[in-house]
Amino acid sequence: MRFIIENNRLIPEPLAKERWEEAMPINCFEHLPSFPIYPHFSFSAELLSFLEGKQLLLDELPFPIELLQAHYEQGYIRYEKGITKTTKGYRCERCGNGEAHFFASFFCARCQQRCTYCRKCITMGRVSGCTPLIVSCIPVKGQTYDNALHWHGTLSSGQQSAAEAVVQAIEHNEQLLVWAVCGAGKTEVLFPGINRALQLGKRVCIATPRMDVVLELAPRLKQAFPHLPVIALYGGSEDRGKTAPLVISTTHQLLRFYKAFDVMIIDEVDAFPYSVEPMLQYAVEKARKDPSSVIYLTATPNRKWQQDVKEGKLKAVTIPARYHGFPLPVPAFEWCGNWSKAVKKQSLPRNVLAWIHERLVGGKQAFLFVPNIELLEKIVAILKKLDAKIEGVHAEDPARKEKVAAFRKGELPLLVTTTILERGVTVPNIDVAVLGAEDRIFTEGALVQIAGRVGRSAQYPSGDVRFFHYGKTKEMIAAKQHIERMNKEAAKRGLLNTK
Amino acid sequence: MMYFCLICHAPYNPVVSWQHVLTLRKPDILCEKCRRAFLLISGEICESCGRPFQHLDSSYRQGSLCIDCIRWQENEDWKDVLTKNRSVYLYNDFMKEVVSLWKFRGDYAMVKAFQDDFSCIFFQHFDDTFLLVPIPLSAERLYERGFNQAKALAELLNLPIHDILTRHHHEKQSKKSRRERLQTENLFQLAEPISLANRRIVLIDDIYTTGTTLRHAAKVLLEAGALSVSSFTLARG
Repeated sequence: MRFIIENNRLIPEPLAKERWEEAMPINCFEHLPSFPIYPHFSFSAELLSFLEGKQLLLDELPFPIELLQAHYEQGYIRYEKGITKTTKGYRCERCGNGEAHFFASFFCARCQQRCTYCRKCITMGRVSGCTPLIVSCIPVKGQTYDNALHWHGTLSSGQQSAAEAVVQAIEHNEQLLVWAVCGAGKTEVLFPGINRALQLGKRVCIATPRMDVVLELAPRLKQAFPHLPVIALYGGSEDRGKTAPLVISTTHQLLRFYKAFDVMIIDEVDAFPYSVEPMLQYAVEKARKDPSSVIYLTATPNRKWQQDVKEGKLKAVTIPARYHGFPLPVPAFEWCGNWSKAVKKQSLPRNVLAWIHERLVGGKQAFLFVPNIELLEKIVAILKKLDAKIEGVHAEDPARKEKVAAFRKGELPLLVTTTILERGVTVPNIDVAVLGAEDRIFTEGALVQIAGRVGRSAQYPSGDVRFFHYGKTKEMIAAKQHIERMNKEAAKRGLLNTK
Repeated sequence: MMYFCLICHAPYNPVVSWQHVLTLRKPDILCEKCRRAFLLISGEICESCGRPFQHLDSSYRQGSLCIDCIRWQENEDWKDVLTKNRSVYLYNDFMKEVVSLWKFRGDYAMVKAFQDDFSCIFFQHFDDTFLLVPIPLSAERLYERGFNQAKALAELLNLPIHDILTRHHHEKQSKKSRRERLQTENLFQLAEPISLANRRIVLIDDIYTTGTTLRHAAKVLLEAGALSVSSFTLARG
């Protein structure tokens, strides 16, 4: 969209009565005028509710430009630049991208000149030099819900103290890290906090990097808060364009929000890609109000987070025990020699084969984690000679879902996998082994998550976790210490079953 | 220097061979994995529309033509309207994703990924004596997309481009069935009255699906006196 400036106000090209030949893309204006809110204006409630807490493209707003312009002139909305020039190049104001290789330019039919656009957030609709971002000037107001929580479960004492800390953080707009071991039951820990936020008229967003987590969380929250409007946002979701007091969103969809939430809960902070993508950090900062609280949930905070907690820079609460009160299975290290050489010879180290054989004979299911797809394929071929029902899965495997489902049903004795199954997949009564635990891909966090697959259910609270390696790494040791420390703390706090 | 793949954005090490050094050819802007995912149309094809016969059920084929082209030829109105079509890539799932990101999401820069193959295959079937005419978008659609993908492709060929067609605004083609497409009235007209006497024309477009769009455009050009109209597209649906 091109604009002209007339009487110190921006006028979109299609509405300019004259001087339209002077129209320029929005990023060519040094200063974008805005106006104080005129209280007697008969605004469109529909428009303002659509735009509430959002920062949207014109293409995303189903309203005529005349209506938008009237709201701009009366101080109810603002035009902002989508792309700004910086000393180093450009910056995308929607996603925060400033890396040169994520910008490109083309001759734009909208502004009739070369126009630079952001390639990083292009899947959310193109933001280019002539793209205005539309923002509402009306602060987001929440509605109070007094008794929204209808959940009748009970929290373990570890969950209970974490839940209280979450309530505190929400009441005082503070940041809090909830460090909860795999299987602690961290979703339930949020329930009292969300309930308190709703009583205070606060808006809550749960953001997670992965769409499958959104899909898993949404029904659980809808069940716990049955009369509350809850929306789930992900690519292709039907809830797009809606607003609710409780929003569950992928971090990408969060880019459309602007000063919208009083409580931001970020699930699996350490999970790819959140921790490596500054875009998602930017999205969180943009979407939260000032002041607001931020609750980070993780089972495996990285070193930086752990350091910040130690130094008291970040408040944290730990849930060192699982909801069922049994200690976490501690990994055992087992040296297996030059296993990659063995794989080249179509074989596996003797102790690895023995471990697998034991599981096949004993009829206990197991995961075998390996460092990469290439190895996975070779190892699956080797293992199929032992049992043709052994399968392998990796991120790009089209039959991934089916294979995991078959494993859950007990149809497959052993599943060889890359790190994709390190999170989320919960199968009762399994053992887990890692082959090549010294590989760089197996970080402390990854290894703790892998070990966390074992002993999840109260019926089968233990199992074997074996790291086969060709030289111990710091990450392996850190993972083991991490798990032992949690067990110790759980015992000290009396959170473990004493029998 | 750090290279990032134009499509998957992953950092990669471009393969540089002696050929690159000797001919000053630039290393690929795609990582090997993305480059390998583009599949050139090869082997036996329908003589008329360029559809690959590989993986096509034999009942869809009669001699050197596919069933669809035979149906076009049997129709008095459409017989010989399009001399031939040739396309560069198979329209596989990967290609569909790439085209959707490029055309519908509007990531213009992706066009560079097609450059070498598009130009190379074009000159296997056509030459610079043909008049290059990109399939236009309606003014509304052009504003919505910001660029015309067919023109972006034509620009890869470094030949003069003749923007001689215009297009009425109409609902999206992809939402219609083949029959509906056949029945729609012609969406194209000449931008200004010109004579195309004795000119051979190549229409440029992104995808050949049913061939209806291209035939509608071809008809207008034939009526203006063109000797023949062929088409060249990025992918064959």
